[in-house]
Amino acid sequence: MSMTSDRGARPGRRRTVRRPGDITFHGAALASGLTILAILAGVAIFLVVEAAPVLTADPEELTAGGFGRYVLPLIAGTVIASVIAMVVATPVAVGIALFISHYAHRRVGTSVGFVVDLLAAVPSVVFGMWGWQVLAPRMVPLYRWLEANLGFIPVFGSASSTGRTLMTASLVLAVMILPIITSVSREVFLQTPRLHEEAALALGATKWEMIRTAVLPFGMPGVIGGTMLGLGRALGETMAVAIILSPGVFTWVLIDSGNSTIPAEIALNFPEASGLRLSELIGAGLVLFLITLAVNLLARWVVARRADFSGAN
Amino acid sequence: MSKRIDINDLNIYYGSFHAVKDVSMVIEPKSVTAFIGPSGCGKSTFLRTLNRMHEVVPGGRVEGDVLMDGRNLYSRDVDPVDVRREVGMVFQRPNPFPTMSIKENVLAGLRLNSKRMSSSTADELCERALRGANLWSEVKDRLDRPGSGLSGGQQQRLCIARAIAVQPEVILMDEPCSALDPISTLAVEDLIHELKSDYTVVIVTHNMQQAARVSDRTGFFNLEATGKPGHLVEMDDTQRIFNNPGKKATEDYISGRFG
Repeated sequence: MSMTSDRGARPGRRRTVRRPGDITFHGAALASGLTILAILAGVAIFLVVEAAPVLTADPEELTAGGFGRYVLPLIAGTVIASVIAMVVATPVAVGIALFISHYAHRRVGTSVGFVVDLLAAVPSVVFGMWGWQVLAPRMVPLYRWLEANLGFIPVFGSASSTGRTLMTASLVLAVMILPIITSVSREVFLQTPRLHEEAALALGATKWEMIRTAVLPFGMPGVIGGTMLGLGRALGETMAVAIILSPGVFTWVLIDSGNSTIPAEIALNFPEASGLRLSELIGAGLVLFLITLAVNLLARWVVARRADFSGAN
Repeated sequence: MSKRIDINDLNIYYGSFHAVKDVSMVIEPKSVTAFIGPSGCGKSTFLRTLNRMHEVVPGGRVEGDVLMDGRNLYSRDVDPVDVRREVGMVFQRPNPFPTMSIKENVLAGLRLNSKRMSSSTADELCERALRGANLWSEVKDRLDRPGSGLSGGQQQRLCIARAIAVQPEVILMDEPCSALDPISTLAVEDLIHELKSDYTVVIVTHNMQQAARVSDRTGFFNLEATGKPGHLVEMDDTQRIFNNPGKKATEDYISGRFG
């Protein structure tokens, strides 16, 4: 197709003027987008190629007598720890975000927000050491109490004497993902249109009812988004879990040593691994990659399902 | 279901800013009262003191009395939340809750009052409110669709349905038609005429023809100069205000010779 003949044939249709600025920006934006895709594809290809030997290898040569048997307990540990972290962190984060956006005096709210954001600046190694040295020993009495009183529930079956358990790791993860969920939630809560808040108040809503009718539903997609970012971070968190947890085989008991997560497993074993063992670890990484991908798709689907009611139209 | 409002020497402040001074008037039950006046004269602010919505803005406070059938809305033991349940409000821009369906929007106020209701009662109340707002026939097939998908005029009538669903004593309307096209405006004006038989309606409008068309009594607000508080110049039967106003300022304003 040539532009000249097109112009001749249909005089009614004008060619859009192409300005240099637009062309440059269009190119830059396109290139950035493609770079992201290329990087993502590169990572995926690397993982698949490096992990491939595991699939064809003799199961006898693998760590647990088969890749599935090796990686499943790790998946379980990773997902359990991340979900506990998310369940613990989300209500607290939404509470803090509401306090900052709707309850606190402006100055107090700003400083609380600043402190929460500072939490995000703490390196994960520091969180790991804190969890290991400070939190873990202090959790022991609680774990003993749980074992004594709720021991009939399998997850509280036996208590660790060091506190270096999956539960402790999960709680530290919860603290680590708190800032991201809080700041995303705070931003969306602050964007609730004044009109909708006033509509609720004028109907005779108390402050809490106004938040329930206008602020929370409006902010829900943002809260879900923030939670998923937090979940993504918890799934991939390496150092904190590697330091806190004294790892072992999979167990349903969350308050005793044992269990491990994919990132911690990789970090602890990567330096000495070679050959098939290396492929095995990279394969575990590939599984982690797929899990985070699935989580993100799920979050998008949840948000899109209510798109008509989002208030964006 | 409609009440008389007596306002005595009402002064409104935002922080140290004196927004409206010394307003006294009577708003009769089952009538439409309109407030007209130039921008910034305090008529909307004054309207919002009738359901204590001005307190939503930090620093908003009043001096003076607003008596609804003799009960002072500003006495210490009155909760603003209760006042707003009795005095409904419709805003300048239609503001149905975007996250709710049409039906949920209508029932939002009732749900707040935390009455448990059966689904048949809910359907009935929803239909009654929508019929009351002349919207039923247009939306009855899509009650579960989002309220934000309606046209501007329909959204505004949805907001009116939401306000009347809780059966308030008084309905306040803050320039309810200023964001609507003429056809939708006509629909809302017709509705205001009908609402009068059950409710006390108070409306703020920039549109003088609208005030003349819909109201029984009209109050003219003005301010002496920028930064000075607004005040009520005069209030009278709408016929009188538009045909034979008592004050020169009113005559200048309605005849367009203002300023």
